[in-house]
Amino acid sequence: MPTKIEKDVISGRDTTGHEWDGLKELNTPLPKWWLYTLIVICIWGVGYAIVRPSVPGLFSYYHGTSGFSTRAQVTADVAAIAAGRAGSMDKIKATPIEKIGQDPQLQAVAMTAGRITFANNCQPCHGAGGGGRPGYPTLASDSWIWGGKLAEIQQTITYGIRSGHPDARVNQMPRFGADGILKPAEIDAAADFVLSLRAGTKPGPNVAAGAKVFAENCVACHGEKGEGNREVGGPNLHSAVHLYGDSKEAVVAQISNPRQGVMPNWNTRLDAATIKSVAFYVHSLGGGQ
Amino acid sequence: MNKYVDKPAGEESLYADRVRVYPRAVRGIARNVKWALLIFCLSVYYVLPWIRWYRGPGRPDQAVLLDISTERFYFFDVTFWPQDIVLLTGGLILAAVGLFLVTSLFGRLWCGYACPQTVWTDLFMLVERWIEGDRNARMRRDAGPVTLDKVWRKLAKHGIWLFVAFWTGGGWIMYYVDAPTVTMDFWAGRAGAGVYGFTFLFTATTYVLAGWAREQVCTYMCPWPRFQSAMLDEQTLIVTYQGWRGEPRGHGKRDATTAAKLGNCIDCMACVHVCPTGIDIRDGVQLECIGCGLCVDACNDIMDRTGQPRWLIKWDTLARQAELAKGQAVEAIRLIRPRTLIYLSVLAIAVIAMGTGLAMRSLLEVSVQHERAPLFVRLHDGALRNAYTLKLVNKYDYDVNFTITVDGPPRATLQVAGASEVPGSVINIVVPADSVGAYRVFLDVPPGGKEAPNTDINFLLRDTTDGILLKRNANFMGPGARAGG
Repeated sequence: MPTKIEKDVISGRDTTGHEWDGLKELNTPLPKWWLYTLIVICIWGVGYAIVRPSVPGLFSYYHGTSGFSTRAQVTADVAAIAAGRAGSMDKIKATPIEKIGQDPQLQAVAMTAGRITFANNCQPCHGAGGGGRPGYPTLASDSWIWGGKLAEIQQTITYGIRSGHPDARVNQMPRFGADGILKPAEIDAAADFVLSLRAGTKPGPNVAAGAKVFAENCVACHGEKGEGNREVGGPNLHSAVHLYGDSKEAVVAQISNPRQGVMPNWNTRLDAATIKSVAFYVHSLGGGQ
Repeated sequence: MNKYVDKPAGEESLYADRVRVYPRAVRGIARNVKWALLIFCLSVYYVLPWIRWYRGPGRPDQAVLLDISTERFYFFDVTFWPQDIVLLTGGLILAAVGLFLVTSLFGRLWCGYACPQTVWTDLFMLVERWIEGDRNARMRRDAGPVTLDKVWRKLAKHGIWLFVAFWTGGGWIMYYVDAPTVTMDFWAGRAGAGVYGFTFLFTATTYVLAGWAREQVCTYMCPWPRFQSAMLDEQTLIVTYQGWRGEPRGHGKRDATTAAKLGNCIDCMACVHVCPTGIDIRDGVQLECIGCGLCVDACNDIMDRTGQPRWLIKWDTLARQAELAKGQAVEAIRLIRPRTLIYLSVLAIAVIAMGTGLAMRSLLEVSVQHERAPLFVRLHDGALRNAYTLKLVNKYDYDVNFTITVDGPPRATLQVAGASEVPGSVINIVVPADSVGAYRVFLDVPPGGKEAPNTDINFLLRDTTDGILLKRNANFMGPGARAGG
């Protein structure tokens, strides 16, 4: 509560007239320039609130006389970045994919664009860094069904696998069990043979019988020695990497009623330069040939 | 002369007019030290960016350069990288503790002698005195009517102030960009907006702070005076008026016959008139006092002229003054006391840590980071592959060739991602001078061995130029025991 303003005996200064439990506040005058600074800042603040977007409303807000908007700024910034990038992306589009690596600057752009696009579009199935998952190929490995050269990867990304696109890569593993082409015992033997192709695995009991079944049914796509055929997408059975699992049960299941995964064609979603960049990135993950 | 007791109660405003300070010129020991430090500090500030220091082709030849675009701080023969930021932290700790120590021993020496605000204000006051004359002339002219004489003097003063301020603002820029180049670019209109902007900013702040704001900065803006009291104690040497000697102050002859026995202070106000912050030191230690000691010089001069002993105002401790006032025996000045010992030991620790850090600073930095995803990859021949990112920092001004091997699984092969070399047990990486390189490296272990989920391995990196061997621990990951078969 304001009380009488009086002269403080000790300091010789006025009190402000404010007193709390016997403690009286001394008047320590503020320099006037400080006050003027405050007033100038207040005036500036009012002007700023008029010019810039300031007052929120329920469904909109006061836009300010300058019409400034951070959202518009972001749009402009993004457009500026895209424009700046356009030159490099055009160059990537015009450069054959094998030549991109020869230009360090172009390579850096392709790697960055590829990495980001991969994370946004490919990672859900193929895993971070192309680590793969059961049923989804490990792109960081050197085991390829359709080829690991730059152009081959680019082709796969562009048109997909069993995607429905006319240029899509398509292979068809017959349903040997489900369609009754082979008897269960023959399938079992064939699985033993397939597993024996890989070094370090314990041979099953029916390898010899399996070899006969294999020679009669499988060599057209998988090759005479099971070495695979990239022309038709026949997987190399010597590889230690198996898309649908490497246990005997998994191999039997894949012969009887095969799973046929689908990779979308990305040419309808990504532009050619971006696809090239993704192919370049995937090639760099470790398996590129 | 209490500045607050001019008006009766209730008439004191809540807002104070600024009382213009017209410091008078003074001669003496404090002033001489102040001049010397002013010349030294300003010389360092203006000259340092122009010193050339050859570092080899393609590298800046400025002795002191904080190059923001390439993220390097060049200081004569030492080049600091962003990774050395801890040394900057150490430097700031050194400065802070050093300031604490000096302040607790000798009062506000920093404020009175070395603070840029003090140095530039002193410089601006010198200009002012040259053009407008000393205290009395300035006061008379300011109080008088507008005349041609007043106008040209004011114009000349502000012109020179602006010139000095511009020189200062421009000098600041030169610590960040090559001084001769930026000078040429500046006048040719080729310099960047940043250069012009910052030059303007520092010109404006120098002009306003040293020309106009002056003691208001120390009294109202600067935080340092606010926590001075934590560093000062009754054993600190401060500028102090020896009241027991000076009081009762008064004009008049000092002889035995004078009825009212007067002290040494003749109340001539010389100490107030020379004070750059406009205070009366006879009121005792106060916030506004920057400890410059100009009042000591002024008073010594008066004491000489009145035939009295010098040092009525002197550097002394509050404890000694209290004893002198009581007529007791005076204790010696105690420089060594718990507070100063603590500051000193903290300072010593910081100096040792900094010195060691600087001396042991490695010019090669290596880190090996295991790839996070995928942790491992099975290759078609059954081999297991782990990928690592090797970050190799070469702070030397020459290329460094690293020979890299791995101490771990037998028959393992190394390969730099993207390189055409055949995988082998040894790889070579050349890191160009003054650069940071990140290299992705594959480590393949052929099938047949035991596969553990996690194996400790070591990357051995030998710098073949200097023979330095760096060892970095890493992990080799795998699926564990193979299922099925």
